[in-house]
Amino acid sequence: MPADPAVETSGLHKSYGDVQALRGVDLSVETGSVFGLLGPNGAGKTTAVRILTTLLAPDEGSARVAGFDVVRDARKVRQHIGLAGQYAAVDENLTGFENLEMVGRLYHLGRGHSRDRARELLASFDLSEAGDRLVRTYSGGMRRRLDLAAALVARPPVLFLDEPTTGLDIRSRIGLWDAIEALVSEGTTVLLTTQYLDEADRLADRIAVIDQGLVIAEGTPEELKSQVGGERLEIHLCDGDRGEEAVVALASIASDQPFLEDGTVRVPVAERRGTIAAAVRRLDEAGIAIDDIAVSTPTLDDVFLTLTGRAVEQETEEAEAQSR
Amino acid sequence: MTALRYGVSDTLVLARRSLLRIPRQPDLLVGFTVQPILFVLLFVYVFGGAIQTPGFDYVDFLMPGIIVQSICFGGFVTALGLADDLKKGLMDRFRSLPMTRSALLTGRTLGDVVTNVFQLIVMLVVGLLVGFNFSGSVGEAIAGIALCLLIGYAFSWVFAFIGLTASSPEAANAYGFTILFPLTFVSSAFVPVASMPSWLQPIAERNPFTYMVNAVRALFLGIPAGNDVWLALLWTLAIIVVFAPLSAWRYRRVVAR
Repeated sequence: MPADPAVETSGLHKSYGDVQALRGVDLSVETGSVFGLLGPNGAGKTTAVRILTTLLAPDEGSARVAGFDVVRDARKVRQHIGLAGQYAAVDENLTGFENLEMVGRLYHLGRGHSRDRARELLASFDLSEAGDRLVRTYSGGMRRRLDLAAALVARPPVLFLDEPTTGLDIRSRIGLWDAIEALVSEGTTVLLTTQYLDEADRLADRIAVIDQGLVIAEGTPEELKSQVGGERLEIHLCDGDRGEEAVVALASIASDQPFLEDGTVRVPVAERRGTIAAAVRRLDEAGIAIDDIAVSTPTLDDVFLTLTGRAVEQETEEAEAQSR
Repeated sequence: MTALRYGVSDTLVLARRSLLRIPRQPDLLVGFTVQPILFVLLFVYVFGGAIQTPGFDYVDFLMPGIIVQSICFGGFVTALGLADDLKKGLMDRFRSLPMTRSALLTGRTLGDVVTNVFQLIVMLVVGLLVGFNFSGSVGEAIAGIALCLLIGYAFSWVFAFIGLTASSPEAANAYGFTILFPLTFVSSAFVPVASMPSWLQPIAERNPFTYMVNAVRALFLGIPAGNDVWLALLWTLAIIVVFAPLSAWRYRRVVAR
């Protein structure tokens, strides 16, 4: 019998006045997996996380985390979760060590244990040297690491990360990803929200795409990508006028009808291996010169675009422009 | 039993946090020490000569009033702290922990008691240096000090409510001063009520702050208090009874967004 899901929601609804933030969200996160909740700003990701972490009560529907109901057994839920939020929720007027020690005390770990754990976490997040400095002297990346460390103080079996890398530079993001991957390898269940498709692609075992309060697609990153078609060869010809000839020449190696798009010949292929060589041979036999050839794998950006008809980045910029 | 023990320990952990903030924010430290001291010096040496306080040396009249006033403003750390926690998202972190939820409020207000003790000591030392004398009994002086601390505690709850209601720490600052300044000045703290225009006297006489100042003054100076001590105590307790639940209600509301 499979273990109970670490997170399970059914029919979650939440409105703020006239705005429906969640319109019936069903999720199931397997224990020990990383689940990505992907969507643009205002899609309802943060609302879902706030309900799952007992910060907010749903209007309708129910949710269980680590086997406990988030409304009836809120306190039990809180004993089993860690939360790292969108903005680093650490006290600027305390040192890194004091922040972690305080969180340990509030998880009721006891004074000695809280201190040991604080030191241990500072070391594993590369903050030992900065541990006795006030947090207001920390960089953005250091604050995020401390925030994540604070979420881990009680070794929670279920960890919620609400846009953990928003606003970080690429080096800090990769550092944080490594830290999250290390946790997962120890068996922590992670529910992660993100607007970054590469982040979901890299970290998540399963992804739910959420848009306007509804889950519009769910699956592994590969399943989602295959919804928008598999891999494709993209071929630029030296002589752009010979595109139609190339389409005919390549039809036999394609898994689906090749087509021309923006002057590029696109060839859907089932099997990556050997296809470039085969394509080169066919075009050579037809006497068509190749300028450039590449295999393109659909990204989650393509998935989002296909599912919603909008690009993620564009949506995000609009939302940010509105909130300003 | 466990719940109670955790409640106490959570409160202490958060009170400590509230206190650690003070030496690290020099502007707060200035607010607690330099500002009240300047007030004492200004009133004693600048205004004192022009203010008639029949039956008292002005410094004896002034010190109880100015002590009660600065203690009332001591709860300011709570307002700023809570407004700051809300703004920075720390409130979410605390609420996702298995701690006693009310500890965030009780911890802050308890922290204020400690800063108020510190402030009281500073004020009394300054007062004694500029010529203030306790003329009552030791028991009365101790009762007066205890009353001051209780008043400070009550105003911490007023400030907790302000901090949870204001949209930002800056707004909390503005609300606090706008409400408390008239309240403390239209009272017997700095000048005798009898010296005010006749339309203002009834307001000043019925100002709860006047009862509080009169009570502390009577206890410090060993003069007959009439009903002032009881009225001051009643008002102080009433403020706690009203504003503690009000703050708890705001706290639940404001974080449930």
